[in-house]
Amino acid sequence: MENMGLLFALCGAALSAAMAGIGSAIGVGIAGRAASGVVTEDPNQFSKVLVLQLLPGTQGIYGLLIAFITLTQIGIMGGDSNVSLQEGLLYLVSCLPMAFGGLFSAVAQGKCSVSAIGLVAKKPDQFGKAMIFPAMVETYAILSLLISILSIFGVSGLGL
Amino acid sequence: MSMSYIDKNYIYAVSRIRYAELRLLDGSVFDRLIEAKDVAECITILAEKGFGGEYRDPEGMLGYEKSRLWELIAELVPDMSVFDVFRLQNDYSNLKAAIKESALDLDIPGIYSQEAVADPMLIKQAVRERRYKELPLEMADIAELCHELFLRTGDGQLCDIMIDRAAMEAILRAAEASKEPVLIEYSRLTVGASDIKIAVRAMLTGKDDEFLRRALAPCPLLDTELLIRAALSGMDELCAYLMNTDFKDAVTELRKSLAAFEKYCDDLIIERLGTQKWNSFGLGPIAAYILARETEIRSVRILLTAKQNGFSAESIRERMRRTYV
Repeated sequence: MENMGLLFALCGAALSAAMAGIGSAIGVGIAGRAASGVVTEDPNQFSKVLVLQLLPGTQGIYGLLIAFITLTQIGIMGGDSNVSLQEGLLYLVSCLPMAFGGLFSAVAQGKCSVSAIGLVAKKPDQFGKAMIFPAMVETYAILSLLISILSIFGVSGLGL
Repeated sequence: MSMSYIDKNYIYAVSRIRYAELRLLDGSVFDRLIEAKDVAECITILAEKGFGGEYRDPEGMLGYEKSRLWELIAELVPDMSVFDVFRLQNDYSNLKAAIKESALDLDIPGIYSQEAVADPMLIKQAVRERRYKELPLEMADIAELCHELFLRTGDGQLCDIMIDRAAMEAILRAAEASKEPVLIEYSRLTVGASDIKIAVRAMLTGKDDEFLRRALAPCPLLDTELLIRAALSGMDELCAYLMNTDFKDAVTELRKSLAAFEKYCDDLIIERLGTQKWNSFGLGPIAAYILARETEIRSVRILLTAKQNGFSAESIRERMRRTYV
């Protein structure tokens, strides 16, 4: 029972990495299908559609970052791993914005990338504009990342 | 591979379709074709656009484009049965041909459409040998009924209207079974337009209500009983009834001529499906593309035939269908 705090904090780290990762995998996966369609018809568009395919991949990296910071803060990566139950629960909650924000924004961004890839297929010269639409979705993943980071450092600063 | 791994949103396919849409003939190409001085110039313009592959004769070019369309769709969609809606009418045309060929004991080459769901030769053989159970399930009863009727009475027109009705019912059923909103809308508009055309022709030739009841397929967009009553009363009543349906904007065209009404209905379907150009997921964009190509091929056919027969540019323009792009 004395390690429950650590367990909850670890759950937070795991959720953040896993859920944001799942979202990115789905997003990059569906965008990849659309990209394959374009490259089948016109292999010259490879570099353009690759950029659009990779856009939903960032959430997975953000999730990994949050998981990494949490693991460092709770001492799993070395140092003192004495985390109270209260502190552990706070870490878990801190990770949730990134977990959910990452999952849903990556899927939404993936769908948006599919449409942008369709745009590039029809008008390759409009690549710049096509990239802006899925990039807009990134805003919300970054907001989730920001709140998760602030919360994790805030919790460690409380000294509970 | 389990079903969940199959791309249910047809993302790859839609992406390929976006490219294929680029090759559709647009309004400006049709303008050039209409202004062309003869068929040879039309063929040169079409060949420039890559239409018709290596062929340089109208039938060869149109046939090539039809088979190219279905080859692409077969490559993109693993289960082609969802698009039966677009081909079922050809099956029923093949059935009509098979019944007449068998009853008159003839063998006419080239009367069967290859762009059909069932193998035309299977239909031909099954009808000739009266093995109706070998026909696709929904066709068996109507085939037997019409074959026997034709042999007994020789009434080709009656057989035709019964088979046409069965075709329309099959199209509606296939669309409903696909659960694809685009196909459902297409089927309803197609069947509705067909019913109205039948009603108008019946009115002009003085047919009775019994004929209409046999010929009209039930359509969710129309009340068949009201349509029959209106058609029996005259053109004004028919138009008044249509004003309360989805076809209200078609009334002006219907008053002009049946050809104008037919063109309006084709344009209406293309217009309703136009929104699929911005949809990136599902069967909708693929269905819309098939229809756009079918309409394009039909427009080219009308245009080439009109040019061959020396129609003026203006009268050809009146007959041209709306383009998808």
